[in-house]
Amino acid sequence: MSDVLVSHDIPAGAAWSVLVRAGRELRLTALGPGANCSTLLFTAGHPVDRLNVPDTLKAQMSATIRPPMVLMSDRGLALCSVTGSSLPWHDALCGHSADARRGLLSELRKHGRDVADIHGCVNFFAKVATSDDAAGTLAYQPNHASADDWVALRTEIDVLAVLSTAPHPLDPRQEAQPVRAEVWAAEPAGPDDPSRTFRVESERALLLSKEVFA
Amino acid sequence: MTAFDPATAALDTVVEAGEGFLGPIPAGGTFRIVDLHGNQAVDTLFYDAADVDNRYSAFDTVREQGAVYLTTGSRLLSTRLDVLATITDDTCGRHDTLGGACAQESNVVRYGTHTRHQNACRETFLRYGAAAGIDARRLGHNINFFMNVPVTAAGGLTFVDGVSAPGKHVQVRAERDLLVLISNCPQVNNPCNGWNPTPVRLLGWWPV
Repeated sequence: MSDVLVSHDIPAGAAWSVLVRAGRELRLTALGPGANCSTLLFTAGHPVDRLNVPDTLKAQMSATIRPPMVLMSDRGLALCSVTGSSLPWHDALCGHSADARRGLLSELRKHGRDVADIHGCVNFFAKVATSDDAAGTLAYQPNHASADDWVALRTEIDVLAVLSTAPHPLDPRQEAQPVRAEVWAAEPAGPDDPSRTFRVESERALLLSKEVFA
Repeated sequence: MTAFDPATAALDTVVEAGEGFLGPIPAGGTFRIVDLHGNQAVDTLFYDAADVDNRYSAFDTVREQGAVYLTTGSRLLSTRLDVLATITDDTCGRHDTLGGACAQESNVVRYGTHTRHQNACRETFLRYGAAAGIDARRLGHNINFFMNVPVTAAGGLTFVDGVSAPGKHVQVRAERDLLVLISNCPQVNNPCNGWNPTPVRLLGWWPV
């Protein structure tokens, strides 16, 4: 790991966006307890292609985001690999709050995008489990994240990340916390990279990302 | 139920496996999907007929109802948190809205490159949605009526054989003027269709 290329503290309840080249690490760090970071991801060079949470979850047989899963796009590309996290669970079932929507839209418009581009987000640092009952009842887990909890994403192609630190919509406290976003130069993934060996589906998405431009 | 007699339906059509449907449902109208042969996955999206950017949102729906499965009483919310429709009858029991649609590219990820040119729901959505201005930016994550995608308390997710059977149906009431966009899933690579995609029947009763 080399030097940090970009570091930005997103204030509590604010939004920010960053274009990250392929092969970087985007590291998010909670700066307060109960932090949340509602995150949208796009292929930077494509007008439409974006994070597809259902494809990401069903291809990797998971209802949560955790290392070493890859985050997949509508076109089956690995946008990022979740290379590490101090937390074993990040919510991807609940969407963003109305406050987050306002901030995400503000950032999206700077990139020529609008409401049609909003899609299912990942709520980093939040945990909402489901019950094994007939309805699959949701249960928000309070106190999941502490200050200094982190998650690291290795970009597999150029991506646009749009981030909001508004509280998770199911958080009863609704006390927004700041989040630090850093971009680092990452080590290239080797053949034994955990995201590549995790599942054959993860590996196929990573391979598709290498075929975007011939 | 005499109020919803197929003989009096304003809409009565069969959608073959692998085909799609786009049509209006007026506010107050009742729309029924019948699983004619059982274990079919009916990928369905609802749009506000006046503004296709106000579209069904799986995650807003899941969060606001506090549960991941859809059944009678579930309110189907839009990205702006408007109630688009309410499920008013369900003889199946539960329906998935987390699994999304199959696509040619996601089929490659899930099943391998030999599936790249198979018929898939995302392409059907785009083909049928184009007439209403529903393009790739406006494709949200859909409902999979009759599909069974169990989620576990430990955060697991699986696809299993459907819980539906021949003749089971699900019915919604439109809470505003809607467009419904359907891809009757052609997927043959997983058990969601019982490995055998089959036709479904659509019925609609509109207010007079």
